[in-house]
Amino acid sequence: MMEFFASLDYTPFILSFKLAGLTTLILFLISLPLAWFLSQTRSKAKPFLEAITALPIVLPPSVLGFYILVSLSQNSPLGAFFENVFGVSLVFNFTSLVIASCFYSLPFMVQPLQGGFESINKNMIEASYIAGKSQVQTVLQVVLPNMKPAVLTAIIITFAHTVGEFGVVLMVGGSIESETKVASVAIYEMVEMMDYKGAHIYSALMVLMSFIILLAVYTFNSSKRIGGFAK
Amino acid sequence: MIYVDIKKQLHGTKGLMDLDVNFEIEDGQFLALSGLSGSGKTTLLRILAGLEDSVSTIKVGEEIWQDKNTMLRVQERGIGFVFQDYALFENMSVEKNLLYVNKDKKLAQKLLELTDLTELKKRKPSTLSGGQKQRVSLCRAMMNRPKLLLMDEPLSALDPAMRRKLQNEILALHKEFGTTTIMVSHDPAEIYKLAERVVVLENGKVISDATPQDTIVKHTGSQKFSFEGEVIDIVKVDVIWVAIIAIGQQLVEVVLSAGERKELSIGKKVKVGTKAFLPIIG
Repeated sequence: MMEFFASLDYTPFILSFKLAGLTTLILFLISLPLAWFLSQTRSKAKPFLEAITALPIVLPPSVLGFYILVSLSQNSPLGAFFENVFGVSLVFNFTSLVIASCFYSLPFMVQPLQGGFESINKNMIEASYIAGKSQVQTVLQVVLPNMKPAVLTAIIITFAHTVGEFGVVLMVGGSIESETKVASVAIYEMVEMMDYKGAHIYSALMVLMSFIILLAVYTFNSSKRIGGFAK
Repeated sequence: MIYVDIKKQLHGTKGLMDLDVNFEIEDGQFLALSGLSGSGKTTLLRILAGLEDSVSTIKVGEEIWQDKNTMLRVQERGIGFVFQDYALFENMSVEKNLLYVNKDKKLAQKLLELTDLTELKKRKPSTLSGGQKQRVSLCRAMMNRPKLLLMDEPLSALDPAMRRKLQNEILALHKEFGTTTIMVSHDPAEIYKLAERVVVLENGKVISDATPQDTIVKHTGSQKFSFEGEVIDIVKVDVIWVAIIAIGQQLVEVVLSAGERKELSIGKKVKVGTKAFLPIIG
């Protein structure tokens, strides 16, 4: 039994977790200011921004993947710029997967954070301003520590959602061994090659890990429930 | 001297309303702000704090907080603000709530001693009672050593005994720090006890600006004494009609004449008094 598990190729899983970890970190840093702005603004642009942010939830991953592919390829201004200046290609490699995942998982980070920000007592935020503190100080020292469940939800759901992505990854990254072949793509390939045993093992591992992650979030949040899920 | 001239259009409960208020406050004065809900009291406080936009001139001593060209941000005004719902930083202990405003440990210690909170300084706000929370909030507001202390119905969520205790503490801190204080309050006893001056707002305008004696202890009519109350119920007892009237926390029964019975309805605000009252001295 142990030998069997030792003989498995875990590269696709490691790749999936590396991708999810990086995406989560980048998205957390991008989404903090965005979610904060959305929670505080009374601007008329708010519904537009919210709709754009939520688009990846409703769009088929192939559509998202197609547009990302088109806008990052060497034929696009952005892709050409990176190719000429830095000598890197933005498609069919790990970097392109990270970029695509950031778009794909954006709402799963922004929405729980925005919900968390909106659940914070406005007077508490204002009390911090009155105490002479800036918005950044207020968010870091008062707001975020009071919405830990929402922060945890955002991080875990984004991570899990990125591990679970398939369509976008396949469109933008293809299936290059040790570079873009993540667990979900590996399973797809195994099924195509009728390696059902391998597909079973990989799939069961995915189910188990996803369940453990979700169980951890719900257990932590059931005691002090703030914020919410987007799905 | 604080000079205030505030204009702002508000979306009130009865449609658009112009807040248009102009007054001066002497340094160290304790001013109560009263009036029905929706009359603009809270907005007035928020404008003074810099939390709300308006077309205003606000001068504190020689310093201009707001005029046509200037708009000092809320962070720069150095005010103290006490919210009705306390608004404490839930993630910080009592002591940290104070030190977040200002690192002055001595001042924090002194304030905690003044308000009997020293023993609770390591506790988180969620473990405190309402009265304790509001005392922390009061201490936190004083950590700025504010020139101007603003309080929005600070005691209205507390029971009468806790109110009286906190009234004393508010008064003590007001005097100790020589702060100019503006407090929104509906409680006549509280206003009488704390304030030197009462400004009453109605629909965004000042309708009365006087001492508590003149504002609250009204001498209208020729009654020897009179109380304001609200009709809670009108019941028939045998052959007479009796109105149940709430006066403050008390309910009283008043026998009605046939004429009065017709005029009264449940929910009506009334004055209960007596004219033919002969005090017996003995």
